[in-house]
Amino acid sequence: MNTKRLTWLVAAALGLSLAGQGAWADGKYDVGADDEIIRIGNTNPYSGPASSYGTIGKAISAFFDMINDQGGINGRKIDFVSLDDGYSPPKTVEQVRKLVEQEQVLFLFQTLGTPTNSAIHKYVNARKVPHLFVATGATKWGQPDEFPWSMGWQPTYTTEGKIYARYILDNIPDAKIGILFQNDDYGKDYVLGIKQGLGDKAEEMIVAELPYEVTDPTIDSQIVSLRSSGANVFYNVSIPKFAAQAIRKAYDIGWKPVHFLNSVSASVKTVLEPAGFEKAVGVLSSIYIKDPTDPQWADSPDYQAWAKWMDEYYPRGDKGDTFNGYAYAVSQTLKHVLEQCGDDLTRANVMKVASSINGLEVPMMLPGITITTGADDFYPVEQMQMVRFDGETWQEFGEILSAD
Amino acid sequence: MSNGAPMPTIAGFSGVAWRKIGLAALIIVAVGLPFMVSDYRTFQFNLVLIWAIGILGLNLLTGFSGQISLGHGAFYAIGAYTSAILMYQWQVPYYVTPPIAGVVCLAVGFLFGYPAGRLAGHYLALATFALAVAVPQILKYDPLEPWTGGVQGIFLDRPEPPFWLPINTDQWLYYFSLVITVILFVAAWNLLRGRSGLAIRAIRDQQIAAKAMGVDTTFYKSLIFGVSALYTGVAGSLSATVIQFVAPDSFTFLDSIRFFIGMVVGGLGSIAGAIYGGIFIVFMPNIAEEISKAAPGVIYGIILIGFMYIWPLGVAGFVRAVCARLVRGLMGSGGGEPGGAKEGTERQVPGGFTS
Amino acid sequence: MDLFVQQFVGGLATGGIYASLALALVMIHRATELINFAQGEMAMFSTYIAWTLINVGMPYWAAFFLTIIVSFAVGVLVERVVIRPVEKAPLLTIIVVFIGLLLTFNSLAGWIWTYTIKPFSSPFPDRPFGLFADITVRMHDAGAILVTLLVLILVYLFFRFTPLGLAMRGAALNPESSRLVGIRVGWMLALGWGLAAAIGSVAGMMVAPITFLDPNMMAFVLLYAFAGALLGGINSPGGAVVGGFMVGVLENMAGTYVPFIGNELKLTLALLLIIAVVIFRPSGLFGKPVVVRV
Repeated sequence: MNTKRLTWLVAAALGLSLAGQGAWADGKYDVGADDEIIRIGNTNPYSGPASSYGTIGKAISAFFDMINDQGGINGRKIDFVSLDDGYSPPKTVEQVRKLVEQEQVLFLFQTLGTPTNSAIHKYVNARKVPHLFVATGATKWGQPDEFPWSMGWQPTYTTEGKIYARYILDNIPDAKIGILFQNDDYGKDYVLGIKQGLGDKAEEMIVAELPYEVTDPTIDSQIVSLRSSGANVFYNVSIPKFAAQAIRKAYDIGWKPVHFLNSVSASVKTVLEPAGFEKAVGVLSSIYIKDPTDPQWADSPDYQAWAKWMDEYYPRGDKGDTFNGYAYAVSQTLKHVLEQCGDDLTRANVMKVASSINGLEVPMMLPGITITTGADDFYPVEQMQMVRFDGETWQEFGEILSAD
Repeated sequence: MSNGAPMPTIAGFSGVAWRKIGLAALIIVAVGLPFMVSDYRTFQFNLVLIWAIGILGLNLLTGFSGQISLGHGAFYAIGAYTSAILMYQWQVPYYVTPPIAGVVCLAVGFLFGYPAGRLAGHYLALATFALAVAVPQILKYDPLEPWTGGVQGIFLDRPEPPFWLPINTDQWLYYFSLVITVILFVAAWNLLRGRSGLAIRAIRDQQIAAKAMGVDTTFYKSLIFGVSALYTGVAGSLSATVIQFVAPDSFTFLDSIRFFIGMVVGGLGSIAGAIYGGIFIVFMPNIAEEISKAAPGVIYGIILIGFMYIWPLGVAGFVRAVCARLVRGLMGSGGGEPGGAKEGTERQVPGGFTS
Repeated sequence: MDLFVQQFVGGLATGGIYASLALALVMIHRATELINFAQGEMAMFSTYIAWTLINVGMPYWAAFFLTIIVSFAVGVLVERVVIRPVEKAPLLTIIVVFIGLLLTFNSLAGWIWTYTIKPFSSPFPDRPFGLFADITVRMHDAGAILVTLLVLILVYLFFRFTPLGLAMRGAALNPESSRLVGIRVGWMLALGWGLAAAIGSVAGMMVAPITFLDPNMMAFVLLYAFAGALLGGINSPGGAVVGGFMVGVLENMAGTYVPFIGNELKLTLALLLIIAVVIFRPSGLFGKPVVVRV
């Protein structure tokens, strides 16, 4: 064939393939995603009384910085847009509407807090925006029938409460339980959990239930009252600052109950160390994330990768803070989901992939704890490992447990 | 303007007429707004209106009757929960709840104002702050849970616009709030022009003299507390409808601080100031966040302090001063004072608080 | 009985926290006739400065006194730079400036040092201090109360017996006359702010070992301190300290003994009681009534 025809043929072929690019023939997208970018929305309390959780949002941001430096996911960069809601539900509504309607994110990820997420629950489901891996342990995020677009991630507070209840029923039949709890959704959910786990023994076993507010300077008074209630088991549902105070005060007044510490505060560096290591000996908890200060993980490749990431991308973050391990693990989960989505970045597909995870293990989670979801199982992580503090670090005991 | 001389004019219109033109222009803009901006912005401007009503409530108390309150968030919460409970428990339609919430808050405010009227300055500030702290605690109180929903809060259904109006929910709710805003603002203006208004301002400026002249200070102080609570309560009621969710965490003492800031930044003792205050409260935190992701609080704090340096009498004070200068410049010397009755201008008395 | 005494003693311990900050509030009020709502955040910020110094290896007492000096300087600076421009502004405008300062200090601390809690060293040994029978108190709690009382004595002596203290009181009560007798009113105000900041830093360093150090450490302590100061009399340092202790004890008692309401509403209850007192004694328990001329 002559050169002219050949040229035309080549030109036509080129033209067709270019046209194909322009029409995105190889990717299916909803708003917030294209060939270059995936836009993810998030709200976190960076101000106000709950700001200690804000490190999670910052860590996630740092994680995606690293991913982007490594080339992104399937060649696309992640644009992680995180806004401050000050843990105020009306503000969360405003910020999420901004993320969805103005920033046009593909989906929401790790929005933090129970009342804050409650405020947007109906909105995101009505708008069919994936509301993934929310940062709260409340039970309501696993209802695919009514709310098919919302999914939790961490083991629920009730799961954990039930684990402790079972331990008590099995090992401390004459238990008299005193409870310290934060007077909000998180605290009350944990209390509900242990009550459900104890069943009809709950009433006779629980001898005191004392709340505290996040704005209280100390909870020393509650601890004194708990001791005088005669409790020999202490269910400590408090955030790090108050958990540390409780551990220390109990020791100081000579109260030595069997001490169950909720996993939110199960952190050697940020809770047990301020309380005093010798005062925390014997504290029980259950965890699913590797404690970064635990020497048994120091040589493991995933810890070392995590530490390197913290040094490089989040140097202001505390390498002893378990929240930063949590953020890493949940971000790895999302990374997996997005990788599996491939070029089909529609909201429906993101949700579909997120609800078909099978036995995934991600870095910084305890070995043996896996992530599984299904069409009717919107609880990704359901297993926990009970641990006891020996004065230096957490010692695991027993098997990996799950709610039922 | 009582010296019989002909009224000064600019371009053929008197000062009063210009003000009416300005007001009309403002209303046209307010009505047209939802069609000029996105739904999200309409929602935000709805929040501006709600905050403006609440701030006006506080202004009636502090700006006009001189009683400081750091606890208006409490009335906001009571109004919101009143609406939410009515809608949730008894399916009362959302448009009926604001007046009911207003009346409830009127009663609560009056009852609180009665003993609180004996306090002044820092003591009143503490007492009202106690109210701000108490209400969220009461909302979480276990025995009340069947009503209040406890820490879980109450979910409300999204209202629908009337089927014969070709607008969406965000726009409809905006107009709903707008109508209520206009009604309440006009009512405030009327209240302050009348005898009660005179009595109230007398109490603020010289309470002892007012009492000596026969003003029942206790009654008026309690009354204005009640009215002030009514306004902020209606604002809360609207917020419940617009957000469709109430929870104790939605109503912290920070809201009381916000009302206070909005009032002072907007302009103490100025009805228009409430609008400026609402705009500041809704938009400024977002602006601070855009400027600095790392420490938005620092930016916000600095902006707040800056506002107070530049406009110690609030934005309304600034606007008034600018208008006055403009008018004087246009009319030449000898022009009359544009009284500014629409804004309810009064001399910015420095608090008049005793301790 | 045991519980009562332990809660009472515990109430004194937390009351000591409130009392120490209340002293700073009294100082600033004496000097400026204003209550600085940012006092708590400034105290918290000072404590972080101390923490930083200790963290880089400075011995505790060196860091302690250096922090006091630095806080004094910061207080003076804030008054000259931030407050001076709005001195003549309406009262509420000034209050908003205080709120702005509060937000700025709080957010700045969170940005520089993050929100993770940090333990803070105590100069007192970590041993229980047996009082009698079964009742124990931490050595630090007892020590902090002693420090508060010490500061109280110093403040009292300052205002009662030193010419500077007299000058400061004069400058606050009657600026015009004070100027006429040669008192540099502007510098008196700055001095008042400096001293208040210094007292606040001591308060912070005593509080942090109890509550742990985080940017929101002082947020509500300020409210309690304010309540205590008003209860005892905002013009009386001794009264404010007593008021602070009373608030601590009141709160603990309300939490422990009032049935039903008890723990959930104890703050509300405590505040209501204080307001009730104040309605009947408007200048607080130990304050002197202020006469207002019409």
